[in-house]
Amino acid sequence: MQRYSVFAVAREAMRQHTGWHRAWASRAPRKSYDVIIVGAGGHGLATAYYLGKNHGLTNVAVIEKGWLGGGNTGRNTTIIRSNYLQDPSAAIYEKARSLYETISQDLNYNVMFSPRGVMMLAQTEHEIRGYQRTAHANSLQGVQTEFISPQRVKELCPIIEIRGPRYPVLGALWQARGGTARHDAVAWGYARACSDMGMDIIQQCEVTGVRSENGQVTGVETTKGAIGCNKLGIVVAGHSGVLAEMAGFRLPIESVALQALVSEPIKPCMDVVVMANTVHGYMSQSDKGEMVIGGGADGYNNYTQRGSFLHIEETVRALVETFPIISRLKMLRQWGGIVDMTGDRSPIISPTPLGNCFINCGWGTGGFKAIPGSGWATAEMIARGTPGPLAAAFGLERFREGRFIDESVAAGVAH
Amino acid sequence: MLILHCPYCGVDADETELAPGGEAHLKRFGPGSSDAEFEAYLFQRENPKGVHFERWRHANGCGKWFHAARCTTTNEVFGTYSAQVTEPPRDIHDKITGKRPGWLSRWLS
Ligand SMILES: Cc1cc2nc3c(=O)[nH]c(=O)nc-3n(C[C@H](O)[C@H](O)[C@H](O)COP(=O)(O)OP(=O)(O)OC[C@H]3O[C@@H](n4cnc5c(N)ncnc54)[C@H](O)[C@@H]3O)c2cc1C
Ligand SMILES: [Zn+2]
Repeated sequence: MQRYSVFAVAREAMRQHTGWHRAWASRAPRKSYDVIIVGAGGHGLATAYYLGKNHGLTNVAVIEKGWLGGGNTGRNTTIIRSNYLQDPSAAIYEKARSLYETISQDLNYNVMFSPRGVMMLAQTEHEIRGYQRTAHANSLQGVQTEFISPQRVKELCPIIEIRGPRYPVLGALWQARGGTARHDAVAWGYARACSDMGMDIIQQCEVTGVRSENGQVTGVETTKGAIGCNKLGIVVAGHSGVLAEMAGFRLPIESVALQALVSEPIKPCMDVVVMANTVHGYMSQSDKGEMVIGGGADGYNNYTQRGSFLHIEETVRALVETFPIISRLKMLRQWGGIVDMTGDRSPIISPTPLGNCFINCGWGTGGFKAIPGSGWATAEMIARGTPGPLAAAFGLERFREGRFIDESVAAGVAH
Repeated sequence: MLILHCPYCGVDADETELAPGGEAHLKRFGPGSSDAEFEAYLFQRENPKGVHFERWRHANGCGKWFHAARCTTTNEVFGTYSAQVTEPPRDIHDKITGKRPGWLSRWLS
């Protein structure tokens, strides 16, 4: 692999940038692989990467129906945090967050991880209690968060109106090492590293069927022909139900569109991420100066990648109250992604009723932050055949057994 | 914006007037059922990419529950019908088959 460094940039600057190689190879599928991963989003690519890096499995293909990172990984608002309530969540999200700290060096690819701090506003008495409880839980889990006063909120983010007419800011849960990263770069960085290990990343290739014999997976059918495999990992987020149907089982998942929008670029005015769950809006400022805004999810199943207009209005209305300075900003772009929602708002990392077929899904509205940890845990499960400590609690059987990992918040959406 | 015709009060209601109620025609399992049946009833969903039968409530209108058949990729509405049935009626079926030839219904064997 051609290493990226300041020297490489300088060298290429001298020769009109003619010496850069392709970041990853684009190959035709082979007849079979040890492991096939369906879905080249962050979670699928990270799974492939850790299969190679941690378990020495490199005869791996990642199959993607569109372009890599074109699903939710390239559509999200990139918030990274690990201040969840339940122990299994804290473990996997904090694993992911800590991997993000060094992922750029590990992949030799700048994912622009920016631990600028994430603030979750408490705007009702109920939220104060909820976040204080989370802060206590986090300190027991070894995740660094604190509950801060409205004055500290104002210091950290001066553009917030803390005496808002309907929902004054009463405090906030603050995670100083949370932040954002460049979403495409996360997908590209993992893809480049996978390709370098000899794995095949096959884009524009849709999986249309799952083949099995005697209850064991044997391969997939795709728009580029049948491909065999010993093990299959399904990592397709919003399309999990479609793939599960092909593999012959059902999931406790419903797919809905979740939206985001960005404003015209303005001068730097906020250097933290703010989430306001009661009024339901999230905002941060990108390096380009755009205000990045996360909105609401549709209440009914759909695969439209668009979302209902009313949620834009709801979100913007709520944010204008908390951030009056944005009231005359123009919004430039709006888009949607299909998120895979579980009943307890926690993911599924699990073997499935089909032998040697594994699934990673259910990250819903908040899985970008989890990519490195989830890939780590899913690779471990696929390599060993059973879930390891990070994944164990996230099995499909938890729904039958009533062992939910309840992370639902008032609004039912948390990025 | 999604618009559904309420079969009770006859209003063409905007999405903002309606409350979604999830997959329709689930078979209810309670005490005495197996764990697998109960799990399927409570959690497992068809979540199809295409034709979906679902429950809605005309919440900010007449307040009644009803059923709708809608395509989850285009949001095309094939029709709405009474809440008092346990499977989609024949005319809704025919409408869907007319618009989506080759569509396989799990309600017709
Ligand atoms: C608007 C929005 C905002 C969000 N904000 C945040 C946030 O701030 N922080 C956060 O942590 N998370 C956030 N999320 C959630 C996050 O984006 C997702 O949880 C995460 O990106 C899921 O990654 P993935 O790899 O599982 O799925 P994806 O990135 O969706 O990848 C799945 C891939 O599978 C492919 N695929 C599907 N079917 C097939 C098939 N049949 N054959 C081959 N390939 C197939 C798809 O094309 C897709 O590329 C947000 C999501 C949205 C939509
Ligand atoms: Zn009505």
